[in-house]
Amino acid sequence: MAGAALPGRLTWQQTQVLALVEETAQAKSIVLTAPAWPGYRAGQHVDVRLTADDGYQAQRSYSIASSPEDSELMLTVERIQDGEVSPYLLDELRAGDQLELRGPIGGYFAWDASLGGPLMLLGGGSGVVPLRSILRHHAAAAAPIPARLLYSSRSWDEVIYRDELTRLATEDRTDVRFTLTREWPEGWSGHRGRINRTLLETVCWAPSDHPLIYICGPNGFVEAAAGTLVQIGHDAGRIRTERFGPSGS
Amino acid sequence: MSPISRGFHGRHRSEESPGRLPPGQYWTSDFPVLSAGPTPHTPLSEWSFTIDGAVAERRSWSWAEFVALPAETLTTDIHCVTKWSKLDTTWRGVSIDTLLGAVESSAEYLTAWSDGGYTTNLPREDVTDGKGWVAYEYGGGPLEAEHGGPARLLVPHLYFWKSAKWVRGLTLTIDDEPGFWEGYGYHNHGDPWREQRYQGD
Repeated sequence: MAGAALPGRLTWQQTQVLALVEETAQAKSIVLTAPAWPGYRAGQHVDVRLTADDGYQAQRSYSIASSPEDSELMLTVERIQDGEVSPYLLDELRAGDQLELRGPIGGYFAWDASLGGPLMLLGGGSGVVPLRSILRHHAAAAAPIPARLLYSSRSWDEVIYRDELTRLATEDRTDVRFTLTREWPEGWSGHRGRINRTLLETVCWAPSDHPLIYICGPNGFVEAAAGTLVQIGHDAGRIRTERFGPSGS
Repeated sequence: MSPISRGFHGRHRSEESPGRLPPGQYWTSDFPVLSAGPTPHTPLSEWSFTIDGAVAERRSWSWAEFVALPAETLTTDIHCVTKWSKLDTTWRGVSIDTLLGAVESSAEYLTAWSDGGYTTNLPREDVTDGKGWVAYEYGGGPLEAEHGGPARLLVPHLYFWKSAKWVRGLTLTIDDEPGFWEGYGYHNHGDPWREQRYQGD
């Protein structure tokens, strides 16, 4: 867990909403003009700040979905019931609006080719967002590093970036697998049920291959995936996690 | 001056205890979990707490010795850099005054280090005089592993990444040496009331 300095002050910036893309019934991507910053690494996030007309402000963090090669910045936001910021972003925000943000933030849950592989990505629900950034960056990098994504979703309708991920799955260096935990389309040939030891032993590289593993999702998903991978024999120091949502406590 | 976000009114402004909420934060009743890696599970029989570094003589306690030290119960608000704050959390643990009282050192900084490799740096004055603890109980029960158990640092007046989970020791240092998140651009000090989230704030 060695730190890598990423200096520089993070100033608030105005970006303009270019488009909103409905990914699922509960998630939209927000395509923005690129901020005036030196760039970001795949897997980082930004802080978004909203301001009401009386000066009241609310801030939240959102993962970057685009990759450093993309000319526009894309965030993907999933609705949090009773949330303050996500319902605004999903229901109110329009193309042409301004959106204030600062970043990039983080740097441990980030990947570039210098970190090597094999690259194993595990996403639960909207935890796939920073993994999409990493996968796109991986696809753009010429390095012959194999990458694999295991994406756990409740149903096929809730899979974010479904078409793009299905397309990426056909590329030589990239393998994308889905597991659906609640509902399956007819004739579903992917995995079924929550991730468990058997599924991880089937889908993930063996500990002897020393994969570099990124896990993002709700805490229960991350805790189960990371804990099981350590039990299987993977080096805890090669497992990077990002968690969100309530703990259930 | 921030431009107005068209159509945004905000919903949480009538929340309780506004005077206790630092800028940019919101209250949550949950206890979200944020960690950079897998949750370590060190058995208590292998657990120890060590103070080393710039000290005349290093000092170490086993789990049994540690929980036999004088403990304090406190109720405090906590503030995470990811914007959530939590009111009136109750903890029990050993004051860092008690722990540092067991060693001789004039060092003004320290690095807390944890199972899993996490570190965070703190000025000594931010964890002494009743400002820091090593806590092993939360809400009246043992501290759960995913919240940092068996024991975590508790420095509630700073953003919660300074309250290192799974803490195993303090290394006293003459110079201030950035810890894990501090090395990734997070603020070196992390005072929520001054909104010191990231470098330069």
